[in-house]
Amino acid sequence: MHELPITQGILDLVVEHAGRAGAARVTDVHVVAGELSGVVDECIGFYWEIISRETIAAGACLHIRRVPLAFECRGCGARFAHEDGDFTCPTCGDASVRVASGDGVRVEAIDVEEVADAVTTGQNRAEET
Amino acid sequence: MTRKIPVVEEITKANDEIAAINRTRLDEAGVVALNLMASPGAGKTSLIERTVPRLAENLRVGVVGGDIATTLDAERAADAGAIAVQITTGGACHLDAPMVRNALAQLPLEELDVLVVENVGNLICPASFALGTHANVLVASVPEGDDKPFKHPRIYRGVDVLVINKIDLLPYVDFDMRRFHEGVRALNEELATFELSCRTGDGVEPWVEWVRQRVGACATAARGAS
Repeated sequence: MHELPITQGILDLVVEHAGRAGAARVTDVHVVAGELSGVVDECIGFYWEIISRETIAAGACLHIRRVPLAFECRGCGARFAHEDGDFTCPTCGDASVRVASGDGVRVEAIDVEEVADAVTTGQNRAEET
Repeated sequence: MTRKIPVVEEITKANDEIAAINRTRLDEAGVVALNLMASPGAGKTSLIERTVPRLAENLRVGVVGGDIATTLDAERAADAGAIAVQITTGGACHLDAPMVRNALAQLPLEELDVLVVENVGNLICPASFALGTHANVLVASVPEGDDKPFKHPRIYRGVDVLVINKIDLLPYVDFDMRRFHEGVRALNEELATFELSCRTGDGVEPWVEWVRQRVGACATAARGAS
């Protein structure tokens, strides 16, 4: 259920940065989501379509890159992905490990059309029809 | 032609900004705030009922209760001797910084020393939203099973204190305390841990002492700053 505020967080950042860049339209949004964030791509996509309507990001394609939860062994330094129900190091069997990746959700970048592009694209579309 | 614009910002920014405002408000009033998180039935309200009367011996205690529909928890906290405010989330599965900001506005913060914020019973969503509190406390309980750190790793990542409740049930359920601790340590090694039973009162005292010390440390820091 917290996908809605997360999606809203994405949209707020996108609108802010697109506005600052003087963009006419956002075409693509690149999000990086750690496995620990518990973000469900389908839910985000669903909310995205609804809440981005009538914003500068309407119709923008959302790309979510998932970063799996990975650990690093304190004993032997091995890096490994976790198995369900087990965080011990598969190389040396040490239970003393730390999280190496998988935290956070952030917007990495957005692709935007400049004002001139958007006008041209609009004209092209008008000519095509 | 499209142009790529780097953003690289955490999407919880809006919430985090309000959480920072909450923190400032609490610090100005000299209140230490704890965010109590747990699954439903782990014993958040029971822990408050056990803790508040002990703290209230020499501290002024406030409780913010987050509940989906009722004010039962706030009533229990008030009975235990706290000034209580209830946030009924109306179905939301977690508290966020704006909800806590509204609750803070309803409390006489200048008349409090410690504030316990009881989050909505849920192991998933509350972990994603900073509230501006000084410490995140997770209440786990023995009957939930020793696999919880493996199944819900996120919530163990951001907490400062882990309370393991219902240890009086250890003889009756298959709960491997060593396996549980190993899972927790893999995710978060900085954590302070207390094993206790709210039902019998066993082990409650070291936890109460931790809260007292946290409040004392804050008061000392404030005196040093002024």
